[in-house]
Amino acid sequence: MLREIRPAIVLLLVLTAITGLAYPLAMTAIAGAIFPSQAQGSLIERDGKVIGSALIGQEFKEDKYFHGRLSATLAPDPNDSTKTVPAPYNAANSGGSNLGPTSKALADRLKEDVDKLKAENPNAAVPVDLVTTSASGLDPDISPEAAEFQVPRVAKARNLPDDQVKQLVASNTQGRLFGLIGEPRVNVLALNLALDRVAAK
Amino acid sequence: MTVIGWLQIILFCAIIVALTKPLGGYMTAVFNGERTFLSPVLRPIEAGIYWFSGVDDRREQHWLTYTVSMLLFHVGGFLIIYGVMRLQAVLPFNPAGQGAVAQDLSFNTAISFITNTNWQNYGGESTLSYLVQMLGLTHQNFLSAATGIALAVAMIRGFSRASMRTVGNFWVDVTRTTLYVLLPICVVYTLFLVWQGIPQTLGDYVEATTLEGAKQTIAVGPVASQVAIKMLGTNGGGFFNANAAHPFENPTALSNLVQMLSIFLIGAAMTNVFGRMVGNQRQGWAIFAVMGVLFIAGVVITYWAEANGTSMMHALGLTGGNMEGKEVRFGIVASSLFAVVTTAASCGAVNAMHDSFTALGGMIPLINMQLGEVIIGGVGAGLYGMLLFVVLAIFVAGLMVGRTPEYVGKKIEAREVKMAMLAILVLPLMYLGWTAVGVVYPAAVASMANAGPHGFTEVLYAFTSATGNNGSAFAGLTGNTLFYNLTLASAMFVGRFFMIVPAMAIAGSLAAKKSIPPSAGTFPTTGGLFVGLVVGVILIIGGLTFFPALALGPIVEQLAMNAGNVF
Repeated sequence: MLREIRPAIVLLLVLTAITGLAYPLAMTAIAGAIFPSQAQGSLIERDGKVIGSALIGQEFKEDKYFHGRLSATLAPDPNDSTKTVPAPYNAANSGGSNLGPTSKALADRLKEDVDKLKAENPNAAVPVDLVTTSASGLDPDISPEAAEFQVPRVAKARNLPDDQVKQLVASNTQGRLFGLIGEPRVNVLALNLALDRVAAK
Repeated sequence: MTVIGWLQIILFCAIIVALTKPLGGYMTAVFNGERTFLSPVLRPIEAGIYWFSGVDDRREQHWLTYTVSMLLFHVGGFLIIYGVMRLQAVLPFNPAGQGAVAQDLSFNTAISFITNTNWQNYGGESTLSYLVQMLGLTHQNFLSAATGIALAVAMIRGFSRASMRTVGNFWVDVTRTTLYVLLPICVVYTLFLVWQGIPQTLGDYVEATTLEGAKQTIAVGPVASQVAIKMLGTNGGGFFNANAAHPFENPTALSNLVQMLSIFLIGAAMTNVFGRMVGNQRQGWAIFAVMGVLFIAGVVITYWAEANGTSMMHALGLTGGNMEGKEVRFGIVASSLFAVVTTAASCGAVNAMHDSFTALGGMIPLINMQLGEVIIGGVGAGLYGMLLFVVLAIFVAGLMVGRTPEYVGKKIEAREVKMAMLAILVLPLMYLGWTAVGVVYPAAVASMANAGPHGFTEVLYAFTSATGNNGSAFAGLTGNTLFYNLTLASAMFVGRFFMIVPAMAIAGSLAAKKSIPPSAGTFPTTGGLFVGLVVGVILIIGGLTFFPALALGPIVEQLAMNAGNVF
């Protein structure tokens, strides 16, 4: 048994150096050279300033922007560091609501949000992804139905014809890969950037 | 449920079936020490490592030496993780300035990673430095996976060898698995993931100013290199708190499909390795079929339950399934499939929050883990877990006809059956025992996030996941407390090593036996009857063990939900 001691120490250190340092550092160098944009986090710049990542959702509250999913992310309470406070789309602390199917808190929240959205657009069915929190709290996408639902509000706030906004939604809708894999979706940040570009013209 | 949803599930299954045989062939060559197409590059490195570490790759070990070597290796792994976590504040690669991790959390995480569990009581981006992610977690993702595979290979040798005292050399098996199987796949896989959008950088967290003018700090890091091995090695510990639901860990529908495939890839191929090493690939396919039947049953139920949604959603006129805690790019089908895959294998990565699943949809992941994660299972661990059930099933079949049972040419006798029962009974002792404590001990009760039966399920899920070395969670439960850090660590430790030691004892005892040729009275173990028998034994043992606990959790919750009750 004693002759197993040396491999137990030396082999562990060698394999640790290979898999824990050489591998991630080499991959960082190679990935940075081949896919520089993705390796840095798919960041989007406007006028020289970073406005976010194409893959990370951000919070939109104004009427003139399309809104994303609800986000249940938290941040430390500035007054009491042992507690947390809601901080939607906190991209330094991802997470979901973890409310279960018989949670009263979830039932109350759903009802309140459904009522709010019904008041905003009484003519369409409320899409389920607009009243539920995402798993990461950073979901960058909404369903095409959820975008469609918000068209009247955004068009009104921007004084644009509904059809033009609908066209923007359509051109920012991504389908399934090969028509099969995944779900159709609209990247909210990309759509809102496209809206801002129309307004700037 | 939609046609396109079912097509995605069928596509997934078809790719796994197609990859099982070729990878099984390659891995068999690796474990037998034969030349492979990577040998010209890797053999010199391998030989150098043996020379430097004092390993004689021609010397084989007795099962007990093999097991002790494995345990020593883990003591060292534990110390490395614990050390870098405690010292991360003074070590390099810490751009976010994370402070030292608390003692109990470091202890829990170190146990979690050496047992291939990767339970997340830590919140990746808010707790750990890049150095800990790489040197602590990524390294053990490789080595705990390589260990699982090595142990499974040693157990297969028990069946395939005759009249021998040794079962292989642990150091050689671990090194070859790491160099020839895990690393090459991960290098290609990492680049694919970065192409899909996963960051791979040592730079600072990004400060962005959103369109509405708010500040957003975006956590980045060397993510892709860790995600690759956490999936391939069925580890599952996330770089980020939200794990594979985070857009930076799983950015597209394609990355999601490939991640699910990589969770099953090695575990599925191990069944083929088994078949090849015992000299009949159909033996491997029979085991694969047992796993397949149980897997598909789970997928059907979870997909149905999630697509159906919850009563409170129906009452508000919401259609489109239960999207609470799910991402739009995955939708209902890819989230349901992922949940079943990750718990059937002992991965534990999640792309949706299992805590928010419907009662029945969340019960299937729980059952998958309680069955011992033998449906494909963890890399290596799934196969040796399944072989324990096979030993029992063969024993039951032998009792029915009054003959000494035999399997692939080996007589299954009292010693093997006792060891198999010991390994199988230790699991419920951990998760049922600790759950009982967790629902009465006041400091533990305070950790539940949901009231009513769902809170009970959170506790049961936590200990089941820890014991099964899965690592997924009903994540509402506050796990980072002294009570849970210590109890979950004990469940993970016992769940891993108290299963391994009896399994290795079986391997050693089988290897020493003579091989007997099949006779007219031998029960054929490649046909439908055998598959049905093993499935039956798994469900009966599992059902008797945990049905009462499920009745108090998800089953009563489903009834309450149908009746419109909330808590």
